[in-house]
Amino acid sequence: MPFKVLEKKELGNTGTLFEMILDTPLIAKKAYAGNFIIVRVDEKGERIPLTIADYDRDKGTITIVFQVVGKSTKMLSCIKKDETILDVVGPLGNRIHVEKYQYPVVIIGGGVGIAPCYPQVKELKEAGNKIITIIGARNRELLFWSEQMNSISNELIVCTDDGSEGIKGVVTIPLRELLKREKISIVIAIGPIIMMKNVALTTSGIDELPKVKTYVSLNTIMIDGTGMCGGCRFVSTDGNVHFACVDGPDVDGHIVDYDNLIKRSKRFSNQEKKSLELYDKECQALNKLKNKSFS
Amino acid sequence: MFKKIPRQKMREQDASVRIKNFKEVPFGFTLEMAKTEALRCLNCEKPGCVEGCPVNVNIPQFIKLIKEGKLKEAIRCLKDYNLLPAVCGRVCPQESQCESSCVLSKKWQPVAIGALERFVADWEREQNFKECPDCEPFNNIKVAIIGSGPAGLTCAGDLAKKGYDITIFEAFHKGGGVLVYGIPEFRLPKEIVAFEIENLNMINVKIEYNCIIGKTLTINDLKEMGFEAFFIGVGAGLPMLLNVPGLHLNGVLTANEFLTRSNLMKAYEFPQYDTPIEIGKIVTVVGGGNVALDSARTALRLGAEKVVIVYRRSEEEMPARKEEYHHAHEEGIEFQFLTNPIKLIGDKNDNVVKMECVKMKLGEPDKSGRKSPVSIEGSEFIIDTDMIILAIGTNANPILTKSMPELKLNKWGYIEIDEEGKTNLEGIFAGGDIVTGSATVISAMGAGKKAAAAIDNYLKIKYLKKR
Repeated sequence: MPFKVLEKKELGNTGTLFEMILDTPLIAKKAYAGNFIIVRVDEKGERIPLTIADYDRDKGTITIVFQVVGKSTKMLSCIKKDETILDVVGPLGNRIHVEKYQYPVVIIGGGVGIAPCYPQVKELKEAGNKIITIIGARNRELLFWSEQMNSISNELIVCTDDGSEGIKGVVTIPLRELLKREKISIVIAIGPIIMMKNVALTTSGIDELPKVKTYVSLNTIMIDGTGMCGGCRFVSTDGNVHFACVDGPDVDGHIVDYDNLIKRSKRFSNQEKKSLELYDKECQALNKLKNKSFS
Repeated sequence: MFKKIPRQKMREQDASVRIKNFKEVPFGFTLEMAKTEALRCLNCEKPGCVEGCPVNVNIPQFIKLIKEGKLKEAIRCLKDYNLLPAVCGRVCPQESQCESSCVLSKKWQPVAIGALERFVADWEREQNFKECPDCEPFNNIKVAIIGSGPAGLTCAGDLAKKGYDITIFEAFHKGGGVLVYGIPEFRLPKEIVAFEIENLNMINVKIEYNCIIGKTLTINDLKEMGFEAFFIGVGAGLPMLLNVPGLHLNGVLTANEFLTRSNLMKAYEFPQYDTPIEIGKIVTVVGGGNVALDSARTALRLGAEKVVIVYRRSEEEMPARKEEYHHAHEEGIEFQFLTNPIKLIGDKNDNVVKMECVKMKLGEPDKSGRKSPVSIEGSEFIIDTDMIILAIGTNANPILTKSMPELKLNKWGYIEIDEEGKTNLEGIFAGGDIVTGSATVISAMGAGKKAAAAIDNYLKIKYLKKR
């Protein structure tokens, strides 16, 4: 049975970021921070893995946030409130480890990765932790959820690459300051691979900074998400193979071979480009046809 | 009689044509061919074929009915034993089961039992002759079947016929398990799988898609929902990987991923379908089973210029179905036997470009009874390849079993069952690849059947006690 979109809104101000609240009572009951779902828009669609951005067990809903990057996410973005998504399955992957740490927890979200940080902040805060949240984006148009992040964090630091909001520069700038300022128990980073790589490097004990346990959330290419296809595998620096769908998606940030991860994430970039171009052409042709029939 | 009539052979798509499409390879018997082939059956008093069949289909009987032109009766006879004849007629390894026990095979060629089974099932589908099998009255006792692969479908069908209220829980958006994600269209058209599942709907079997037991719901949730017995047929899990350097390279993928993209997600129709698939010029497939052959033949159809299968044992030990091996040969797939990869080599962009291999020789028989391959020192050599598909088997799927630590597993993570299919937990039964590791469709069906009988027995005793 298809799944209803209860709410949909644009985030930021670029027409590429969207938030959706889905009617998924079974998934909402079992969801935790760290879990992801897989959606398929229509009969010919891809299976798209998306990390859960919030859940409401009473209302039976989960929230997803996504950025339009290819055909599938574009099609997803065309679904309106009260319309349906053909398939939604989950919650998949492992929930994050939650405990009361001795020192503050730093949670870093970059770009669309800000969204999955939200339930992590919530659950770790509920467990009694002091949370310092850093959110970053290229510019203020791509920033979102600053207020709701602020309301559940003990401290919120905002940064943008171009300085249009908050600190000018990348998330590791305030992170370095924090590491110098006080003792930190763990760091969690969700965002572009390059950002996670730099966060993990910053916390690895370089430049006389303390080494801090760091978790990153991997959004690798996958099909089933249930430990069957093996597409989501990644290698650690010691050469061992792991599977993001059943061993993650949140993993020890200090063992990941990020350079390989970046290369693997581009496996289908040619096909993805072609697919999007074709789709855009189709949409244009369809619009022309519509305009004609109205005139 | 049988001496004069040669074994009938199905007509096939020519190899040069079929390597450019995904349509089925053999066309199946005509009615005339089927009747002729049926004449070859001696209707033995002690039929070896029946014993050779994991679900003990009454083979002489259904063949006799074909001979008499009673096709409706023939399909009914088949379905008394096997609810998926169109599937089994296509994918069973008949040469090592029913047909190997055919009395004719000692001196002549065995009766083409698989092709006849397929003929009857296809006839039923083409006639759109849908007859509801006889079912016992509905008894409102809820049984959950976890996984809609061959084991689950068989178990569901048998229990539904006995009147139970059956729900199948399927993780994917489509039913059929390995029949839809693993076996390619050219070997098993997906329309056939869909038809068989529709037939189950006719006997009130319900299917819940997108529902992962162990994640979306647990067996305890199902108990609270009123389910009284459970069959776990969740199939194979994570693919096995080679223990060699270079697994991280782009262009190295598992057969599970390659086939799931192509079969379940229809990536061979990209960009009409959205899921992409990559294809190399020189594709190397590692392994010697049906999955290796399916991958190789899929790669060929997707446009690979050369496809080589590298297998560490010899031709004789290949577990693949004979007909498929023969088809692969015809299609121009190359085979390098007694060869094992030791290193995958990439370029500066981490794309695979070569594979280093070593020659093997056969030593003493191992646990599987096959001679175990041993590498020959100093025989290393390098082959060019820009895509490597690993088809060397799978491990147990951890998702459901992780959610129930009390369920007894063996040291490899497979579920332990007794000879009836019972697990160590009351009311919970299991069968198929999650018990045995990678095996055949028909052996999974046999396990589903056995478990169905045990579940029926368990529930009957339970309800007698209640009364």
